[in-house]
Amino acid sequence: MIQARIRKQYAPGPDSAGFSLDLEFQAAAGVTVLFGSSGAGKTLTLDAIAGFVRPDEGRILLDDQILFDGAARVHLPPRSRHCGYVFQNYALFPHMTLRQNLEFAAERAPSLGRHRKVTEMLEKFHLTEVAGSRPYQLSGGQKQRCSIARALIGAPRVLLLDEPARGLDAPLRAELYSVLRQVRQEFGTPILLVTHDTEECFELADEMVVLREGRAVQNGTPRKVFEQPANVDVARLLGLYNVLPMEIRSLDPGRNTSRLRYQDFELTGPYFPGRLIGDQVWLYLRPDQLSVAPRNGRPAFNQIPATLLRTVEKPERLRLEFSGDIAVEMPPGAIQNIASVKEWVIEFPSAGLRVL
Amino acid sequence: MGIDWFPLWLSLRVAAISTAIALAIGLWLAWILANRSFRGKEILDAAVTLPLVLPPTVLGYYLLVLLGRASPIGHLYEWLFGGPLVFTWQAAVVASLFHSTPLLVKSARAAFESVDRSYERAARNLGATELRLFWRVTLPLARRSILAAAALAFARSLGDFGVTLMIAGNIPGRTQTVSVAIYDAVEAGNGATARVLVLIISAIALAILTLANRLTSNPFGPRQTAL
Repeated sequence: MIQARIRKQYAPGPDSAGFSLDLEFQAAAGVTVLFGSSGAGKTLTLDAIAGFVRPDEGRILLDDQILFDGAARVHLPPRSRHCGYVFQNYALFPHMTLRQNLEFAAERAPSLGRHRKVTEMLEKFHLTEVAGSRPYQLSGGQKQRCSIARALIGAPRVLLLDEPARGLDAPLRAELYSVLRQVRQEFGTPILLVTHDTEECFELADEMVVLREGRAVQNGTPRKVFEQPANVDVARLLGLYNVLPMEIRSLDPGRNTSRLRYQDFELTGPYFPGRLIGDQVWLYLRPDQLSVAPRNGRPAFNQIPATLLRTVEKPERLRLEFSGDIAVEMPPGAIQNIASVKEWVIEFPSAGLRVL
Repeated sequence: MGIDWFPLWLSLRVAAISTAIALAIGLWLAWILANRSFRGKEILDAAVTLPLVLPPTVLGYYLLVLLGRASPIGHLYEWLFGGPLVFTWQAAVVASLFHSTPLLVKSARAAFESVDRSYERAARNLGATELRLFWRVTLPLARRSILAAAALAFARSLGDFGVTLMIAGNIPGRTQTVSVAIYDAVEAGNGATARVLVLIISAIALAILTLANRLTSNPFGPRQTAL
């Protein structure tokens, strides 16, 4: 388990804007994902844990070992940290064969079982046939498995992965996910993974930490984070649809209702405790919470008219994108002849509206 | 035609020994310059490069003062080896060291710095000590550039004239290296000897430069020409 409190300041230079990292988080057993856009400080955080970067202040604890403590001036060198690191470019030594790469990493282990350990890892990661090849002779998937095997062979206490799926095509991605699940089951090593891919969070993460401009803005299970983004910035970062600005026009705690203004339309929602009339709020609705119908006369209760801009067909669902930044999702085939109708009404549920 | 081959053999021996010593010193200095940050690093870098730009007579003068029989280093050398250092062939080794080491440090530092940082990070992360990182990762990855640099240093040592003349002298059969011998032969009007030695040295230099250029078309490192 990692407990980290990291502060690191980079002064603005002639051609850089400066950056400050200031975050606190924990990563327990299982897979923890550091999620954020590029420049949020994700890789810097991994580097601070691995010891490649020295924070200005803070404290990093791995299980019961102090890796870094600003106040006590503890800063262990990378080789004493027992953190497996899988680099974005894999960083397999190009002048060594796969087997030699693993042997290099196993040299810390007692010499007696070393050879057996290397052979065992080659087998586990399906690399036995290519053990004598140099990295440039390998496929992307083989390189990736080798870099994970190399990071694990020294029995690290945590495995750090820097954007492991970046630049991989779909089959390789799927392979990576299954390898990581295997690692999680067979080795039980806690995994800390950096990504900017929302799908990866759902595929892998037990817990996710959302990073924005060097701060941890939210953490929790992916489901919880996506259902209840902490604020509009997080919702934008997650790439969520239907984050809509509204103004509260009236509040009725007795009947548990409210009136909201969105663009030129009025909607009915639930009572929002702690809000005042006139407040500008951001509402978030999952695309599958909305329903649509072709426009036919005046919009009914809690419906607003909208123009269909485009439809996106995915294997498991259909997404309709409307004017006013609204997206609706439904199972494919739920409505016939969608493309022939331009004008629609969108029905908002009066119960499921959530304020960010 | 009686050509004295001794200067050629002496030059090759001096260049080989000085290149070996320069490799040991140069790699160490280059590693420090490439990997450590400390106060006065750029001054050290400049000091290492100084012999490349100083006139040979200035360098020779410094060395005479530093290594002469009256100096502490000269005393120590006499006490250790039973004879003075200056005006021996070993002094010629010292002279060419001051030309080959700066060259090696410059090239080796560039070679070390051109090794992708992530390999070094990976090695450290996998538990390697700095020594193991050097021998097993950085040096093998930079080895072609460094061999090329060593070849150039060898060629440079072969051609030293001024400093050698000042501290090793021009004693035929003892300290007369090939470049000094060519000068001697021209001065004495011995054109045939001069021509043969000039051609041999040119051929060796050309061969070494070709080798160095081939080495630097390195599959692991950046492409660069030797000079």
